[in-house]
Amino acid sequence: MNIPQCAGVGLKPQHYREILETVPDIGFFEVHAENYMGAGGPPHRYLGAIRELYPLSLHGVGLSIGAARPLDRDHLRRLKDLIARYEPGLFSEHLAWSSHGEAFLNDLLPVPYTNETLRRIASHIDEVQETLGRQMLLENPSTYIAFAESTYGEPDFIAEVQGRTGCGLLLDVSNVHVASTNQQWDPFAYIDAYPLGAVQEIHLAGFTPETDEKHRPLLIDTHNRPVDPLVWQLYAYVIGKLGPTPTLIEWDADLPSWGELHAEAMRAEAHMRSHPTPQEVRLAGTG
Amino acid sequence: MQGPAERQQDFAMALLDAARATPPGVVGPDGLPSPRRFAVYRNNVVAGLIETLKENYPAVHRIVGDEFFRAMAGQFATTHPPQSPIMLAYGADFPEFIDGFEPVATLPYLADVARIERAWIEAYHAADAEPLSAADLLAIDQDRLAQVRLALHPSLRVTQSRFPALTIWRMNIAGGEPAAVDLEAGGEDTLIIRPGAEVRVHQIPMGAAALVTCLGGGKPVVAAAMAALEVTIHFDLGATLAGLIEAGAFIGWSFEQDTGGEPS
Repeated sequence: MNIPQCAGVGLKPQHYREILETVPDIGFFEVHAENYMGAGGPPHRYLGAIRELYPLSLHGVGLSIGAARPLDRDHLRRLKDLIARYEPGLFSEHLAWSSHGEAFLNDLLPVPYTNETLRRIASHIDEVQETLGRQMLLENPSTYIAFAESTYGEPDFIAEVQGRTGCGLLLDVSNVHVASTNQQWDPFAYIDAYPLGAVQEIHLAGFTPETDEKHRPLLIDTHNRPVDPLVWQLYAYVIGKLGPTPTLIEWDADLPSWGELHAEAMRAEAHMRSHPTPQEVRLAGTG
Repeated sequence: MQGPAERQQDFAMALLDAARATPPGVVGPDGLPSPRRFAVYRNNVVAGLIETLKENYPAVHRIVGDEFFRAMAGQFATTHPPQSPIMLAYGADFPEFIDGFEPVATLPYLADVARIERAWIEAYHAADAEPLSAADLLAIDQDRLAQVRLALHPSLRVTQSRFPALTIWRMNIAGGEPAAVDLEAGGEDTLIIRPGAEVRVHQIPMGAAALVTCLGGGKPVVAAAMAALEVTIHFDLGATLAGLIEAGAFIGWSFEQDTGGEPS
């Protein structure tokens, strides 16, 4: 089942029962692939039941596409099995690494934007798409640091990867805001430089504001609160350029009630149904 | 200049060891090193692993308290990072770690409570299978009952303790009421299984753990019963088997000499 041009939410075990009992009006659900790699049990039972009622997108957090080492073939096979079982409309992974040697570090770690990492990441994405027999979407990261050796800007690097591999893109608008604040980029210029033609899904999430040792703003991508007004503004700018696009609310910690989460998705839905032009958004932002 | 593999190795090591310096070339927006920014990744990794352990070991968390648990789990996380991207599998070594963790030497039952919690998580995510009913098992030729081999449910786990670990676990999970426990009251062995939708936890009699372990190893009932009798001469095979059948412990049977004794 394809993902409709609507808003969806990340599926959480705390909401399984309410969703099945009330069958709410929502475009789609998304799950982290690794949470459904157990052999059996309630997670599969609930996901199977919800999958019968809604379109599903599958979001990987453990493939470590940016790792310097070869991809984990066993993990790719598990992804392939999961895709065969639940037939998700979209499959996405991150521009990041998380595994090195024997250790899995359970976070999305940044990569330098150089020709060397570009070649490696493109070859990993080629391998993923060949093995899975389908297109994958690549998600832009939220970053806290930069690498001195980087020679590409982030949107240019992503455009190069996309052009070489033919992958689709998952544009995390919150990550654009978080990374732009942390790296002191202009988020609207980021969007202007980004290969929007390849975007098939958008993510929105809340972040936690902190500061670094020089009192510069440092936003942490915590997924534990509502979407920030500045992110909604950037989202409206993106939707003005793209038109309605499958948009997911990610809320992974300090979970709200199902009703509050659903309302957040309906807010994205309302943006999509009444999207202003990019010029109007810019005027509102500077006025 | 290091290659990318060495750079990632450095980055990974510095994440798990706060005493290590921020890797070279990791900078803030002014192009200068920023340890505070690097520390965000360090905190994410360690805090994420502690949170996973807290979710999977709720009774251990309640017994030692949040602050102590975080310190203990943090030490485990940095010395035992996950080996797999499947976080459902994380923390299998935590009970062993607790056993050797000096500051909890005064809580000798804590590792056994952790073993029950680990078994619970494994049972929750184990493969699904339909248990045999007592009626199914009545189809076995009674004259050859001693030679039958019983296939265990894939979710079945057994833990053993010299202490009343199950009683302590029950008191410290959601809805439990902690109370004084006599640690000298004798050990408790526990069967953890998910025959259907829900994980069930049962106390099992002495010897039953040995019986189940032998059956799981492919031994016929008679050999498994001998192993149980070695634990205690009071072992009651009939009552124990009845309890196991009721718990949904068996999913198939076969005879030693046969290859096709599975019920249809």
